[in-house]
Amino acid sequence: MKSNVGKILSTAAIAATISSGAAAATLDDVKEKGFIQCGVSQGVPGFSNADNAGNWTGIDVDACRAVAAAIFGDAQKVKFTPLSAKERFTALQSGEIDVLSRNTTWTYTRDTSLGLDFTTTNFYDGQGFMVRKDLGVETAMDLDGATVCTEQGTTTELNMADFFRKHQLDYVPVIVQKADEALSAYASGRCDVFTTDKSGLAAHRSKLSDPAAHMILPETISKEPLGPVVRHGDNQWKDIVTWSLFVQINAEEMGISSENVADIKANSTDPSVRRLLGAEGSMGEALGLDANWAYNIIAEVGNYGEVFERNVGPDTPVGLPRGVNNLWTEGGVLYAPPVR
Amino acid sequence: MLFQAVLLILVVAFGYYLFHNLQANLQDQGISTGFAFLNEPAGFPILIHLIDYTEANSYGRAFVVALINTTVISLMGIVLATVIGVIMGLARLSQNWLVARLATVYIETLRNIPLLLQMFFWYFAVLAALPHPRNSIEMGDFLLNKRGIYSPNPNFQDGFGIAVAAFVLAIMAAIALIVWAKKRQKRTGVWFPAYWSSLGIIVVVTFLGFALAGFPIEFDLPQKSRFNVSGGMVLVPEFVAVLLALSTYTGAFIAEIVRAGILSVSWGQTEAARSLGLRDSLTQRLIVLPQALRVIIPPLTSQYLNLAKNSSLGAAIAYPELVAVVMGTTLNQTGQAIETIGLCMLVYGTLSLSISMFMNWYNKKMSLIER
Repeated sequence: MKSNVGKILSTAAIAATISSGAAAATLDDVKEKGFIQCGVSQGVPGFSNADNAGNWTGIDVDACRAVAAAIFGDAQKVKFTPLSAKERFTALQSGEIDVLSRNTTWTYTRDTSLGLDFTTTNFYDGQGFMVRKDLGVETAMDLDGATVCTEQGTTTELNMADFFRKHQLDYVPVIVQKADEALSAYASGRCDVFTTDKSGLAAHRSKLSDPAAHMILPETISKEPLGPVVRHGDNQWKDIVTWSLFVQINAEEMGISSENVADIKANSTDPSVRRLLGAEGSMGEALGLDANWAYNIIAEVGNYGEVFERNVGPDTPVGLPRGVNNLWTEGGVLYAPPVR
Repeated sequence: MLFQAVLLILVVAFGYYLFHNLQANLQDQGISTGFAFLNEPAGFPILIHLIDYTEANSYGRAFVVALINTTVISLMGIVLATVIGVIMGLARLSQNWLVARLATVYIETLRNIPLLLQMFFWYFAVLAALPHPRNSIEMGDFLLNKRGIYSPNPNFQDGFGIAVAAFVLAIMAAIALIVWAKKRQKRTGVWFPAYWSSLGIIVVVTFLGFALAGFPIEFDLPQKSRFNVSGGMVLVPEFVAVLLALSTYTGAFIAEIVRAGILSVSWGQTEAARSLGLRDSLTQRLIVLPQALRVIIPPLTSQYLNLAKNSSLGAAIAYPELVAVVMGTTLNQTGQAIETIGLCMLVYGTLSLSISMFMNWYNKKMSLIER
């Protein structure tokens, strides 16, 4: 057994040696290799999903594209690593990816004990339940004795357990390694209920053969603030990822979109807009970026509203309403610090 | 000698350097280390647990639950794969054209399809074919549906100990009878039908013990409830799918090993046995199989080891074994990759070495004793 332990330690040590090299200054690394390595899901429509040609789209994909636009002025300089829920943190810790943008819930434990930092929230979500309509279930309280399918390695697993314990309901957990197989198990009738974040439920429902036969129950059993994650200890890199998103939210608030950004930069007299778009001063310098960083994000990727409508809005197959993911001025909770 | 000492020192120093580096890097990155997490409450459910387990139990207990699940599926898989392998191996050698061809088709198909694919097949294809719990297939008190196979659950009442004692007593009597019969055969050459009579003793004595105690058993019958079936015992599809996939896949390899072993015994042996007047069944049992076993056991050990390790694929179809529970959920909740993966490696190492040691002992026992 001794030799086995030795092997583990040495393998791990090599991995750790490599990762510490990458953790030092991610921005320099990224500039040197010329692209961002972005960890995404294995396919959640609207969040991160690859089409037949291998092009990635989704809110989480756009979070990485915004960072690429800020650094390189080119939103296409991103390479994607599809990760299962259970692989994602190890991939980031080991330096395999630079940013983890994979509908990941910000929790205390994850922020404090995994050696990771959550940047900010790009989607406010909550966990829900999906059932077949013909089951005749109206609320989650009716689920006593039900069989529940979910993906492994998520907060979902724990929330589900907490919910059923709290309400003293019996249930049978079927926890599958990958989201797609968990959905297949639900679709095949192994489970009565499929549970994940509500946005994910809407996305997964659109993948089922007959989406109209399934309904999402009204209860939201948890808070799930989803957002990009970076390694702990590289503050500059964390700032870049955080502010790339803040820029998009501020842009929507100021009415700047990918269509009018060139025009506004040329003609605006509003100093806060001029500062943001780099027409005045050099805001990007503090991040190690050039003055056009924010302009590039908006021109290449768009403001937050555009990203939302394009990927998960009411006109997409996922079809989510803005809800809480609206600007604070519109009754939502999106409130980005000012760029000044 | 000097060179070896220097090399040893270098290896140890390098190992220490790596270990030290690992500690320093983990600390730099703010990743928790150590095994203290094993005492923390786990908070997640596990589908199959043979010992009591709830979400409030610790990660340590979840680990034990997973360890038991892995061991159970491995051992049951090994037994079933051996049975399938021996039958299929003999079938492929059969004089009957149809039986031999069917065995060939089985072996060649199963050996050449990746195991993971077979697991998905058993899980999803079979699930799709079964009915919803509301329309369960009923066979007496047994129910079959997408959620599993439900059977009556025996509840042991007072006095069950008498029945158990009778059973143990019967087994001891049977063993004594077989030993006596063998001794007598050596002495006189006359065989007493000890196997059949001992089976009779076990059945009759156990039944008598049972009757004496007044049939101290009640059955909790499965009932259809709103969503599932409640009560009774259940064999969930995840377990059945993993067991079937592992045993049929490994069984195909074992079949070929058995065939090779039997073919390795020269035909002259069989002819010699026949000319001594031994019946065909005795020829097989006393002459061919003992010699074939010597060829079969070493490669068979490898197949057993493969099966134990392949059980980790069960994680893909929700069977809560070690990889799923420890390297999946526990790793994800605690983020302690090195500790959890280390634990899993330790377990697979131990499990494989135990199987290996047992098979080596058996191999030694069966090997040719030279005079």
